[in-house]
Amino acid sequence: MLAIARQRILGQSFQKIRPAVSVLRSYSSAAKQITVREALNSALDEEMSADPKVFLMGEEVGEYQGAYKITKGLLEKYGPERVLDTPITEAGFTGIGVGAAYYGLKPVVEFMTFNFSMQAIDHIINSAAKSNYMSAGQISVPIVFRGPNGAAAGVGAQHSQCYASWYASCPGLKVLSPYNSEDARGLLKAAIRDPDPVVFLENELLYGESFPVSDEVLDSSFCIPIGKAKIEREGKDVTITAFSKMVGYALKAAEILEKDGIYAEVINLRSIRPLDRSTINASVRKTNRLVTVEEGFPQHGVGAEICASVVEESFAYLDAPVERIAGADVPMPYAANLERMAVPQIEDIVRAARRACYRSVPLAAAA
Amino acid sequence: MATAFSVPKFAAQPFNPISPTSQQKPLIFPTAASPFLGSTRKLLHLSSSSQLNLRRRSSGSVFAVSDIVKEKKSTSIPSLLITKEEGLELYEDMVLGRAFEDMCAQMYYRGKMFGFVHLYNGQEAISTGFIKLLKQQDSVVSTYRDHVHALSKGVPARAVMSELFGKTTGCCRGQGGSMHMFSSEHNLIGGFAFIGEGIPVATGAAFSSKYRREVLKEADCDHVTLAFFGDGTCNNGQFFECLNMAALWKLPIVFVVENNLWAIGMSHLRATSDPQIYKKGPAFGMPGVHVDGMDVLKVREVAKEAIARARRGEGPTLVECETYRFRGHSLADPDELRDPTEKAHYAARDPITALKKYLIENNLSGEAELKAIDKKIDELLEDAVEFADESPLPPRSQLLENVFADPKGFGIGPDGRYRCEDPKFTEGTAHV
Repeated sequence: MLAIARQRILGQSFQKIRPAVSVLRSYSSAAKQITVREALNSALDEEMSADPKVFLMGEEVGEYQGAYKITKGLLEKYGPERVLDTPITEAGFTGIGVGAAYYGLKPVVEFMTFNFSMQAIDHIINSAAKSNYMSAGQISVPIVFRGPNGAAAGVGAQHSQCYASWYASCPGLKVLSPYNSEDARGLLKAAIRDPDPVVFLENELLYGESFPVSDEVLDSSFCIPIGKAKIEREGKDVTITAFSKMVGYALKAAEILEKDGIYAEVINLRSIRPLDRSTINASVRKTNRLVTVEEGFPQHGVGAEICASVVEESFAYLDAPVERIAGADVPMPYAANLERMAVPQIEDIVRAARRACYRSVPLAAAA
Repeated sequence: MATAFSVPKFAAQPFNPISPTSQQKPLIFPTAASPFLGSTRKLLHLSSSSQLNLRRRSSGSVFAVSDIVKEKKSTSIPSLLITKEEGLELYEDMVLGRAFEDMCAQMYYRGKMFGFVHLYNGQEAISTGFIKLLKQQDSVVSTYRDHVHALSKGVPARAVMSELFGKTTGCCRGQGGSMHMFSSEHNLIGGFAFIGEGIPVATGAAFSSKYRREVLKEADCDHVTLAFFGDGTCNNGQFFECLNMAALWKLPIVFVVENNLWAIGMSHLRATSDPQIYKKGPAFGMPGVHVDGMDVLKVREVAKEAIARARRGEGPTLVECETYRFRGHSLADPDELRDPTEKAHYAARDPITALKKYLIENNLSGEAELKAIDKKIDELLEDAVEFADESPLPPRSQLLENVFADPKGFGIGPDGRYRCEDPKFTEGTAHV
């Protein structure tokens, strides 16, 4: 994993400016490693110090240092007026954040997990996403809703749902899902600076993972454009799209496939809404085969939208039916082995890619 | 509270004249049980609860605001509560609200207005009594019954009428409609269709006022927010969540309950375990006040104190205004469940007639002057309807506009550039 990361950084740095310095740095393998947690914390810290209108609110974000320690140290630095510990009132405090955003403040509302956002979804959709349209541009809502999304480890059905497709179907919202530290930093900064409501879907299991980052990423003005996907690995035989944790699995699957002579192109979506259809379609036109990977429920999911988009725009280029990998169509079970079966694993991605390349027999139609 | 069945005894007693400015007349109770038990019980309960309230207010209540109101009432010399200018302003505002809503009904039945239209007839005293005390920078958050709140806050009648007709000259360019009135210039931030949705947003607006003063150091920022909502909303979770947080953080907000006793067809008594809403304020640490919402002067007195309290930084207040809507819940509501006796009882307490009577009796104005105001409002509305009629419908290019403040949210097109950068973007097919 680290070897590939280093290779990638090498490849990137050769294309970047200041070749001499970066080549030296990569040879000495001193590319800085930060965890996703540190990336998010530093992004919040820098945005709060740059703009006094940015404030945090959520359960346990202050004195507890964050339920997942993402907001560690921020209460000491910025005080209780800017880092607000709220009572357990999702609907109430989300609405308060929206009302504050109506008047130009920039709240970053944390949901302990996005499952709890269902108690506040009226405010996310009806008073945040739709307000700019309903008021014909008079009232914009520069708010960010962030928190861990999707399955964790053994937390049961009510704490494991992935909300990417629910929020991504709503016009007026921007939905982002970072994978590594660079994504986390760049996208969170872009989200906080953005004048529209942004749903920022993190992943609890990625918080502790370290990724190498370049100096450019650590700069305080580093932002990633919203709406552009990233091609994490170039390939020519099959396109695999993924977001969040599944990007890591897709990359590992791509390595396994390489041994079979299948060169997979892995796209890290980064932005679920707006979806970067042009990158996806350009890649499919190059490879002619597509596998979409996501952790959420299969029906009406992100993969369904990507599949429809590709069929609409690049039908003539497809050599095989689009393969969708998603979580099992069941509420998340608790038992560890069942949970493993309910979430896509690397073998599933490999099998699907092989099917798309006609290297194995397709499964019978499921229920 | 379980006095509904003992009420016939009250009927025999004379009405307790605690407050000289009370305008309640003795009630006549229907002896035969009406087919709709809910409304009869409510009628009987009304007198008992208002008796209770009167008694409570006079017996040294703990609510800060009630004490002041009580003091005012106990002065034996009836001082005038308003000047002539204020009186005429209040009268004009209420007449505008009433005439506008009547015009809406007319236009709806002529097919010019469509969808959901919720009219405010009968409740004008609350809108006028509260909103006319605000500055321009203070905010108002309302529900779907928001036409008159918009008018009181200063949104021109033309803009509201065009918005209702769905024309591009409306206050939201026809994109909001009856239930979503927004005006950033007049600080009217909605207009929400979901009940209870406006309360947290209003609390957030109040929060932003406090934040600006304390964190951003804008020293003179003392904007107050008013949240208007109904009796049905007071059973909703968001209401309680916001009472808690507003009191916890001492936010400059006034929660105004327009208790018109009915949520579509659900009587307040059938839906609420403890129908006295003002009692829920002290449970969260803020004063709770009950006021007669059919009397604009009483409402104004209570509002003055509540708004001043918020502006001083002492925190929120919960004001329950007892009022009534003369029409149905919306223009589609056949309004069959409400007892005609109840409707007649409240129609006799029409706030506009009451104010008119007050102005004439206290020599603040004469019939002729008030009639002139009526005529002026009629002309204003004719002009508004004409303006709205002649305004154009929104063009096709408006469909995709204003979804995002930063329209890059529409993503990247097949040519690799942001879709919004293509000049033809909003004119082509709405294919995103």
